[in-house]
Amino acid sequence: MKSTENILEVRDVSKSFHDPVTVQVLKKVSLEVKRGEFVSITGKSGCGKSTLLYILSTMDTDYEGDVIIDGEPTRGLSGERLARIRNEKIGFVFQFHYLLPEFSVLKNVMLPGLKLGKHSAEEVEHRAMQRLRDLDMHDHALKSANQLSGGQKQRVAIARSLINDPLIIMGDEPTGNLDSKNSGIVFDIFKSISAHHEQSLLVVTHDNDFAARTDRIIEMDDGKVIG
Amino acid sequence: MRLLLSIAITLLRAKLKQSVIAAVGVTFSITMFVTLLGFMNGLNGLLDGLILNRTPHVRLYNELKVSPEQPIQRGWDEDTTDGAEVAHHFIRSVKPKDELPRLRNATAIMRALENDPRVLAVSPRLVAQVFFNVGTVDLNAQVSGVDVMQEVRYYQFRDYLVEGDPQDLVAGQNTVVLGKGLADLMGAGVGENVQVTTATGDRSLLRVVGIYQSGLADLDKVQCFANIKTVQKLLVRPSSYYTDINVKLKDILLAPAIAKEFQARFKVDALDIQSANAQFETGSDVRNIISYAVGVVLLIVAGFGIYNILNMMIYEKLDAIAILKATGFSGSDVRRIFLLLSMVIGLTGGLAGLIFGFAMQNVVDNIPFITAALPTITTFPVDYNPKYYIIAVTFALLTTWIAGWFPARKASQVDPVEIIRGK
Repeated sequence: MKSTENILEVRDVSKSFHDPVTVQVLKKVSLEVKRGEFVSITGKSGCGKSTLLYILSTMDTDYEGDVIIDGEPTRGLSGERLARIRNEKIGFVFQFHYLLPEFSVLKNVMLPGLKLGKHSAEEVEHRAMQRLRDLDMHDHALKSANQLSGGQKQRVAIARSLINDPLIIMGDEPTGNLDSKNSGIVFDIFKSISAHHEQSLLVVTHDNDFAARTDRIIEMDDGKVIG
Repeated sequence: MRLLLSIAITLLRAKLKQSVIAAVGVTFSITMFVTLLGFMNGLNGLLDGLILNRTPHVRLYNELKVSPEQPIQRGWDEDTTDGAEVAHHFIRSVKPKDELPRLRNATAIMRALENDPRVLAVSPRLVAQVFFNVGTVDLNAQVSGVDVMQEVRYYQFRDYLVEGDPQDLVAGQNTVVLGKGLADLMGAGVGENVQVTTATGDRSLLRVVGIYQSGLADLDKVQCFANIKTVQKLLVRPSSYYTDINVKLKDILLAPAIAKEFQARFKVDALDIQSANAQFETGSDVRNIISYAVGVVLLIVAGFGIYNILNMMIYEKLDAIAILKATGFSGSDVRRIFLLLSMVIGLTGGLAGLIFGFAMQNVVDNIPFITAALPTITTFPVDYNPKYYIIAVTFALLTTWIAGWFPARKASQVDPVEIIRGK
């Protein structure tokens, strides 16, 4: 299983936006994330950190350079294959909850697991309940997603990102929309994930306190990694 | 796939009102489609039946005609075998022979036809022109001598008999069934006797055992039926004397080809049903085209409704699409979800349409429709052929699939990064 120590490798990734004028937002960025490592990316707004994250997430395929996830270069892979990689190896937590309001909390957590199809529906449900219990959200499992508070929604989103035991969890300002108490809770959850489950975390944040407590900080400025 | 279907259904349930409206559009058009087609085809069947039920698929007869070759020509041609110029002759006055309009060798032809595997039924006829004597007036009429039981079995004879029983025609000698118009004109009812004179002047007395109404007033004024033996006796002819042989085929579409074949084989004239009644086919086709056109137009309108609602739904669900894509659903998964969503609307709307369509057909079927021309009809005719239900559902699925395809493709192309970052 452990084919390489580096879960994520980025080599010379550049990206430009062309509308309305050509602006290079990423300039030959290289970095790697090791198994179980908790890494944060910080930088001023507009420095390209979110853009980098979405390239790493495989959702944005319009870039130069190479992104290697779990030893597999993602350049040129089909949309189906990339979706599969996202489903199986990457978990996402966004700044805004991004739960599907039509579904119950439990179903929201289950969806990526059902899509993966590795376990039966009962098994996926059981696993989802377990994740919710880990995050102390199991009492709300059958509620609709929009009956929850912001902090609760974010915890459910984290549970969802964990359902398929991904190699890496990516977060785009996961605490950006939360008060300091809830931010603290989310951070502790992340910390324990990386400590107990050997899952890597890559979190984009502009919250310096949050970043300071992670294993490693990657600081970006003007499309370049500066430290 | 089951997962995608359950997502589609959940999205639908979240927008229940819009979904129901979209489905009702489909239901309405399918209802109309099924009702219209059932009614139109019922009507077609009725109108066609008016003629086609009673018309043989192939009729063999012997037409009175001029000799194709004038005898004088034969003489001249023989004399000019030495290569001399063929002389032109002006004599072409030989009139048709005084020959009987009988079918020669009718019994042998009938035997051959009965052994033909394509033939369903063979029934001989003897048609005689007669006069009915009513007081001082002579009414012109046509008596068809028929094999009564064959007529009942293959030509719905009983349906057109408004009074009397076909059995009386089989059993009794010198019995006759009069056309309704003729009977009214003569003031003759069942059980009364009428006097008849043949073209050759022979007189007989016939007992009326039934009244026949075809629905075509002109026909009912001249058409009468009798046992074939009765007519043979009336005309003083032997029992092998027939003027027509009516053939009903197993496959009506083969009639033109078979008619040609019989014509060559038996050296008689043969008329197929398609040539004899071309106008009915045309009428049916036109009515069919109209009902299909109306149905399809309704479905297209419903399709636009679905298209609109799906498009709106996709704009409202951009977040959901983005999150599904971010968590591992591919573009084609998203496309399938929205296509399924559309098909679910089409299928539920379509099935409801079939049920309502069936109900509507029943309603139409019970609307009284009484006309003197059609004695056996009391309500509007409806054809409950399941074919129309199958066509309707197929059309419903096809339209909803097409209506769903474009929005679904758009959904599949949604860029999740743009949505997620745009917040």
